[in-house]
Amino acid sequence: MPAIEILGLEKTYMVGFWRKRPKLALKPLHLAVEEGEIFGFLGPNGAGKTTTLKMLMGLVFPTAGKARLLGKDWTDPEVKAQIGFLPEQPYFYDYLTAHELLDYYGQLSGVPGKERKQRVEEVLVRVGLTDVKGVQLRKFSKGMLQRAGIAQAILHNPKLVFFDEPMSGLDPLGRREVRDLMEQLKREGKTVFFSTHILSDAEALCDRVAIIHKGELRGVGAVEELTASVQGKIEVIWQGTQAAASIKALGAECHVTGETVRAVMAESQQDAAIDALRRERLRLLAITPLRTSLESYFVEKLQHSQTTAGTGQ
Amino acid sequence: MSARIVHIASNTFREAVRDRVLYNLIAFALFLSGAAIFVGQISIDIERLVVINLGLTSVSLFGVVIAIFIGIGLVSKEIEKRTLYTVLSRPVRRWEFIVGKFFGLAGTLVVNTFFMAIGVFGALLYVAHKFLAADALILVALYFIVLQFLIICSLALLFSSFSSPLLSAVFTFSLFVIGSFADDLRGFAGLTQGMTRGIATGLAYLVPNFSALNVISAVAHQQSVSPQLILQNTFYALFYTAMTLSGAVLIFERRNLK
Repeated sequence: MPAIEILGLEKTYMVGFWRKRPKLALKPLHLAVEEGEIFGFLGPNGAGKTTTLKMLMGLVFPTAGKARLLGKDWTDPEVKAQIGFLPEQPYFYDYLTAHELLDYYGQLSGVPGKERKQRVEEVLVRVGLTDVKGVQLRKFSKGMLQRAGIAQAILHNPKLVFFDEPMSGLDPLGRREVRDLMEQLKREGKTVFFSTHILSDAEALCDRVAIIHKGELRGVGAVEELTASVQGKIEVIWQGTQAAASIKALGAECHVTGETVRAVMAESQQDAAIDALRRERLRLLAITPLRTSLESYFVEKLQHSQTTAGTGQ
Repeated sequence: MSARIVHIASNTFREAVRDRVLYNLIAFALFLSGAAIFVGQISIDIERLVVINLGLTSVSLFGVVIAIFIGIGLVSKEIEKRTLYTVLSRPVRRWEFIVGKFFGLAGTLVVNTFFMAIGVFGALLYVAHKFLAADALILVALYFIVLQFLIICSLALLFSSFSSPLLSAVFTFSLFVIGSFADDLRGFAGLTQGMTRGIATGLAYLVPNFSALNVISAVAHQQSVSPQLILQNTFYALFYTAMTLSGAVLIFERRNLK
């Protein structure tokens, strides 16, 4: 059973003084996320990521379509007890301390008193806010607020967690900690759905990603699939100061950097290249399938969509 | 009442206390002490009348100002600061949020009124040196003032559920002023003819009737308040509050939180 099934959710806002001018925020979106996955929802600012998340959280009503979370209708209050949500750039009741805030959210999520006390302490430790648990949130930095936001999202031990730009406002160490936390959540069997425009985070963390641009889904798949080998090419690196003629003869592009030579060639030439290096008694350092980065794939998708829009196709 | 409503109400009360809303009590206490001393010196035989009038009117005005200025931000501030997102993404229904907010503010005003009432009785004792049996009527006037607060809280919440804090304040305060002359409006509507009469009467009955809830002058003159009026006003205020809150819920249930 998919943890998230988005069945044609779409959103058009009516704008202007008389609310008569339609503005498309999200074209019909179909997407399924399996249980236990870390799923990245990627797109530039204004692509429709937050609108999608808000519709799933019941904060914005879709123009059409529906969704199922954990096998139930997404508007079912029972479902909401099993999901956690971190909004983008979260802001909380600043007159509360971190401890009081989590206790309040625990109450709203229906966590019983004794268990709540224990859970609050646990998540405070988990996000590294134990030392400041008695400090009012108005004195928190942006990074600390983000940690408090993550804490409230996982407080009630949800099966499904939604993070909207979770790395936003965090320093490199904080980002690393959030990545570790997300991997930990996955190990606990939870499903993590997070939106981001930081592609390195998505590449490092996600089992699968979806790319959205101008309210339209542009691609979905495993990171490995999307960044699969570039037209079946490999990269061969060996020790040496000049490119071997026999390798060049295989149609490879060679680049010499100090004591190493790097050659890019067709995957079908791999065996011939190894034989050539052996013949010339050169030390082979590495052979790796050449992959495109998620960033390259992402940029290519966006450029493609802009070209398509430009030509009216 | 659902536990979630109680939690939201408690948090709203806590917010008001931590935002130092109850500090108005200090201003109230200073004002009333000064007024009592002043009245004691200049009034002859009517000290009781003046202190009751002044005290209860102050309780009403202080409370109305607090009800409006907290009430208008109850929903819009939560949307603007996005604190609402982490509440409504939990198993909290939108109507529970509105009702919880209402009870939180109403609770704040009841506590506020309780302390101001102590101030009024203190000032009365200072000026008149003793209580009379008729002074118990002050409690009825205070009860009616609390009923007024309930209506104002619900109106502020209603306007806050769809408009900006500034407009909400303008709308709520305007209705408070118009409602304070509701009896005159109804009388005026009775003087008109034809369709105008229908419209004017409808409008006169639509605005909250705060004039019926104002017995300050009667109480100051030691005139009794009939149990029938107490019942009638209780029913009217609760009904009007429930209707207004229902309106706020209906609007808020359909609102996109962009």
